[in-house]
Amino acid sequence: MRNTLRWSAVLTGMLLVLAACQPASSGSPGQSTAESASAAASVDAAAVCAADEAGCVEIPSGEPLHIVFWGVLSGADSTLGEDSKRGVEIAIDDINNTLLGHDIQFSTEDGLCTPEGGNTAAQKLAADTTIAGLIGPSCTDESLGGMQTLYDAGMTTISSSATRAGLTVPDRPAEYAAFLRTAHSDYFQGRMVAEYLYNELGLKKLATVHDGSGYAKALAEVARTHFEELGGTITTGGDQAIAKTDTDMSAVLTAIAADPPDAIFFPVFIAGAGYLTDQAKDTPGLEDALLMSADGTFSPDYIKAAGPAALGHLISSPDTSKFAAGYQDFLAKHKAKYGGDPLSIFHAHAYDAATLVFAALEKVALTDADGTTFIPRTAYREALYASKDVEGLTGPLNCNASGDCGAPILAVYKVTAREVGPPVVWPPEAPIWAPEPDFYTK
Amino acid sequence: MYARVMERITDVAIAGVLWGFRIAVVLLVVVGSALTLGGGRHSAESWLSLIVSGAVLGSIYALIALGYTMVYGILRLINFAHGEIFMAGTFGGYFVATALSGIGFLNLNPITSIISVVLMMAGAIVVSVTLALLVERIAYRPLRNAPRLVPLISAIGASFFLQYTFRGFFGPGIYAYPTVGILDAQVPLGIEGFRVKWIDVLVIVSAVVMMAGLFLFVQRTKLGTSIRAVSEDKATAALMGIDVNRAIVMTFAIGAAMAGAAGVLYGLIFRQVYFFTGFVPGIKAFTAAVLGGIGNIPGAMLGGIFLGQVEGVGPTLFLSGLGVPSPNQLRDVIAFTMLVLVLIFRPSGILGERVAQRA
Repeated sequence: MRNTLRWSAVLTGMLLVLAACQPASSGSPGQSTAESASAAASVDAAAVCAADEAGCVEIPSGEPLHIVFWGVLSGADSTLGEDSKRGVEIAIDDINNTLLGHDIQFSTEDGLCTPEGGNTAAQKLAADTTIAGLIGPSCTDESLGGMQTLYDAGMTTISSSATRAGLTVPDRPAEYAAFLRTAHSDYFQGRMVAEYLYNELGLKKLATVHDGSGYAKALAEVARTHFEELGGTITTGGDQAIAKTDTDMSAVLTAIAADPPDAIFFPVFIAGAGYLTDQAKDTPGLEDALLMSADGTFSPDYIKAAGPAALGHLISSPDTSKFAAGYQDFLAKHKAKYGGDPLSIFHAHAYDAATLVFAALEKVALTDADGTTFIPRTAYREALYASKDVEGLTGPLNCNASGDCGAPILAVYKVTAREVGPPVVWPPEAPIWAPEPDFYTK
Repeated sequence: MYARVMERITDVAIAGVLWGFRIAVVLLVVVGSALTLGGGRHSAESWLSLIVSGAVLGSIYALIALGYTMVYGILRLINFAHGEIFMAGTFGGYFVATALSGIGFLNLNPITSIISVVLMMAGAIVVSVTLALLVERIAYRPLRNAPRLVPLISAIGASFFLQYTFRGFFGPGIYAYPTVGILDAQVPLGIEGFRVKWIDVLVIVSAVVMMAGLFLFVQRTKLGTSIRAVSEDKATAALMGIDVNRAIVMTFAIGAAMAGAAGVLYGLIFRQVYFFTGFVPGIKAFTAAVLGGIGNIPGAMLGGIFLGQVEGVGPTLFLSGLGVPSPNQLRDVIAFTMLVLVLIFRPSGILGERVAQRA
């Protein structure tokens, strides 16, 4: 008997809750006056949202506006994502945590720098209807894994560090309409590496190593192709690959040493690059080979991973010395907030991505009489693509139809005794070489 | 009649497919090896280098595999947390190493370096053994009489728990072992184009010594005999006056000590450690234990060394001659294909499983 009573109480409670929810969705007669008053004011918002293919993000008055950064936040490459995340956080601080009259709620999603991780993260993001602005991912592989899901959900993301050339070519797959970036394209990075090694250093024989990731494989290929176009040769067995989980590189290095190259370019991530650098010095035949990695290793973690062998190592990466004047302020803010220098190279790109997101949100947002803000998703995407002459930390930002928003400014850095330490000091003071400005227009 | 014919046909078909698979693999190995060796792109010195690197990797796998195989032998449990016990050892060794490096003791002179390595091993072993005993007490002992699947799930849970506890304490970033000068130096062999570092020698020698010690311990001592007795039949062993819990705890402790020592050796060779370090070596060592015949101590040693060689030499030997581009990316494929082959054609492993007495 007591049980029956308890159950009926629970049931009644649930019914009451349901009844309370009802008016919000369908509009009961009792509330019609209030409803119609706000409906009249929001006529254009409702019409715009109905007309927008992907509908609207609704932010009720007093609720926060949700901005998300997604990227690699754990594992060996986490400095890459953490660095970008900090860029976004500082951008949010710079607009005093408010946008369109709402406080900003900032959260993150870990994409693990893998296609599977990117896919999982994208599914979580697509299921969250509160998200107004999306910045990320860190890695090309995360983009490859997650883009279809985001596109299907009508969302748009802007990445600060996914650099594979194919992500922003004019004939990219349709779902990449959901992808823009402030990072450079590896079309330029790969060519710059080839030009530096061949033209500047006069090296003739190159070998490359990738790790099977979408980023490394494509970048190594651009570098090899352009090196050959310039007149250089790729050594026999000069196109090598490792697995991302490998620790013992001796077989790959021995294979390369069978036909010793002048330089080995390995645009892999931090752990792999650390093993390769450390173990190459012990491989007979590779004592004099120049070792070079790419922007994915522009991090103090790389120096820690490679140890003393990192001395003299070359890294291709964005050229911070050519960033806009505001970059020095950014560094000061970074130091004040996190107590140190940036962890990687894409923080300014992330800051710029956030700037573009804020500007596009402001451009398309509609607010009704209740103070509810509506973000039509397709209009927001179009606004991002229409971004022109926005002042960014990395330079002026202009998005083109294939999703490139930043101007590529790259350079070559060399690791010196100052960085190797101990203790490890980061970042290097200045790049040792940069291409002529007309390199990017050729 | 019809059904029996169909059954017979199916049997023959399955046998045919298995034979075809066997022949294909053998052909691939033979033709690939012949083409590679015939191509002559790799000098004898580079083959030697590959064999040494395979032996180093294999020694580490073997040391970890012993923990899997001993625990399986005594409890019929795949201790999936064992990779994390190994990872904890790498961290233990790391903190001792950085402390010693910080006071300048590590590279002061060769004698202090040797003392340092011994201290690192001791630190790692203490951490690993403590952790393994805690895991045994908390996650396995209460489930001793539960169905076999239950402790297995508990082991997977313990593995995740340890990984993410370490991540919580030490963050997701990389920690790098300091370089030990004398171990990083080369052994003066005087062979052009072939180099061995003292660390490689240390890894192989210490693995052999530890494995020989373990074998003697298990075969010759009273405690070793009690472990074997419990492994054979817990109930009867208990009736004979053997303290079953003591034997099981000893097994976990010995396995963890080996893993801890392997952790330091791993850190000294590969330098980088982080919370996920134990995962891949753990899986590989488990593979090695199955390859050799799980539950069988010499089998785990053999399986480890064998797997190391397959990974070190295999991709170059089997695949590069066939013109497969970047064959080393496929080393895990080769390693796990080997596992599949063993499971199909000799499910009890190369040396045979030692669980026969139990029905």
